[in-house]
Amino acid sequence: MDLYLPIANLSVNALVIVALGFGVGWLSGMFGVGGGFLTTPLLIFYGIPPTVAAASAASQVTGASVSGVFAHARRKGVDYQMGGVMVAGGVVGSLVGAWLFEVLRARGLIDTVISILYVVMLGSVGGLMLRESLGAVRAGRRGEPVRAARRRHHPLVAALPLRWRFYRSGLYISPLAPLALGLVTGVLTMLLGVGGGFFMVPAMIYLLGMGTAVVVGTSLFQILFTTAAATMVHATTTRAVDIVLAVLLLIGSVAGAQLGTRFAARLKPEQLRLALALIVLAVAVRMALGLGWRPGELYSIEIG
Amino acid sequence: MRRLARLAALALAPLLVAQADAPLLVPDASQREIEIAYSFTGADLLLFGAILYPDRRAAERPADIVVVVKGPSQSVLMREKQKVAGIWVNAEAMRYRSAPSFYAIASSRPVERIVDARTRAIYELGLDSLQLSPIGSEPQAVQDRFVRGLVEQRRRTGLFVEAPGAVEITDGVLYRARIAIPARVPVGRFTAETFLIRDGRVLAAAVREIEIRKSGFERFVAAAAQNHAVAYGVVAVLLSVAFGWGAGALWRRF
Repeated sequence: MDLYLPIANLSVNALVIVALGFGVGWLSGMFGVGGGFLTTPLLIFYGIPPTVAAASAASQVTGASVSGVFAHARRKGVDYQMGGVMVAGGVVGSLVGAWLFEVLRARGLIDTVISILYVVMLGSVGGLMLRESLGAVRAGRRGEPVRAARRRHHPLVAALPLRWRFYRSGLYISPLAPLALGLVTGVLTMLLGVGGGFFMVPAMIYLLGMGTAVVVGTSLFQILFTTAAATMVHATTTRAVDIVLAVLLLIGSVAGAQLGTRFAARLKPEQLRLALALIVLAVAVRMALGLGWRPGELYSIEIG
Repeated sequence: MRRLARLAALALAPLLVAQADAPLLVPDASQREIEIAYSFTGADLLLFGAILYPDRRAAERPADIVVVVKGPSQSVLMREKQKVAGIWVNAEAMRYRSAPSFYAIASSRPVERIVDARTRAIYELGLDSLQLSPIGSEPQAVQDRFVRGLVEQRRRTGLFVEAPGAVEITDGVLYRARIAIPARVPVGRFTAETFLIRDGRVLAAAVREIEIRKSGFERFVAAAAQNHAVAYGVVAVLLSVAFGWGAGALWRRF
């Protein structure tokens, strides 16, 4: 079923895009990540221009995070105060990201920077997750109880001035730390079209020392608003949000996310983390190879 | 400006070659307008017409027909990747003031056998004869490398097409050529130029314009994204929230 994308200016097979959205949504429901880190590269691989891919993938992540936020909110799993601070950082971050995007695009470096960022981010996060989950799986086999990590915020965070009380997270820390985290995610969302959950969740646990009960809900809350802000910024600056592409992705991903959530309930969390780590690493390796291999297309054409 | 002058020259060509026995081309196209709607996967453009010879016997000596369809010209920036510190990055760049966004040439025989290189360059007949007006003064070898890169890239995406032998001539007076317009085609005013060539000389030329544009919903979306960016962004965000929320709500019911 061919459908013409009015902003990307090409026609795609609608079923392929819906299936792509479904697969990513399924993974995102299963692992609790937005899945933007898969959507953008896959869309580019399919032939969608990189800018349109990043701009439209952000709205898919928005859709994927909505139902999660509602579910966590009902369980009181969202720290709105913490989330609000992060969103404020995220909005500023997406503006900074838009500026960076333009600067890099003008120099012709945007594609390379996107790839390097993917390799570094996914490689490091995937590596950490792999080590942690392998340890947990092995410990589980030997029947040892998995030791809960000490809950403490990083000394760097403790050193920041101006402390606030975050009741739901059970923290008394400087709001500058979540603000900075939000800012970084905003930049990443703008450049890569990712929600940043894969980076945010570990940072919230290991840097801020937030309670695990509110981490996922708060991260989803922050992702929801940051990706919405990034969509707005893209719509007004790059004008590359393809609403038809976004709707196709959404149709697939919201259905996939619901199924993925059910499926995840049947698996052990450490196995899930292991699987996610492997997927993340696979994307990172693929991207790294793409940087080093001689590309099939040495020339790129920019209009205007 | 250059383009306008060229078009004027083409339009006047029949007059310039107007000797008493100069033939005349009457071209037409299957579509004057191509509308891009949601189901657009490309179009087949049929270009046909008649060759009118004032002197009947002239039709007996075979002549060739070349049809060129060109999209609106764009100023483009070409970037070339080179290996720097182990990774491939865009290193050199070249800017062209007027590269056709679409170029298809169909002919009754391979163009190299119909006219010489000079005539090909004058009329831009063939992918190796495009006049791209580069900005900057790189050495010829670099220029050639970039031009080859541009042509190759566009050819692979179906935006540059060469179809030797795709023009059919019936009884020396009727011709027809089919040109495939890919889905990736840019919108704008296209020109279809027809040339009648014999003994390496252009005997007659004629131009037709074809308009390619988005229609209906596609036009509305593209215009909204361009002219009402804020509202467009809000709609995109609301849509994604509605989808996410709707799916969640729907799912709980079952």
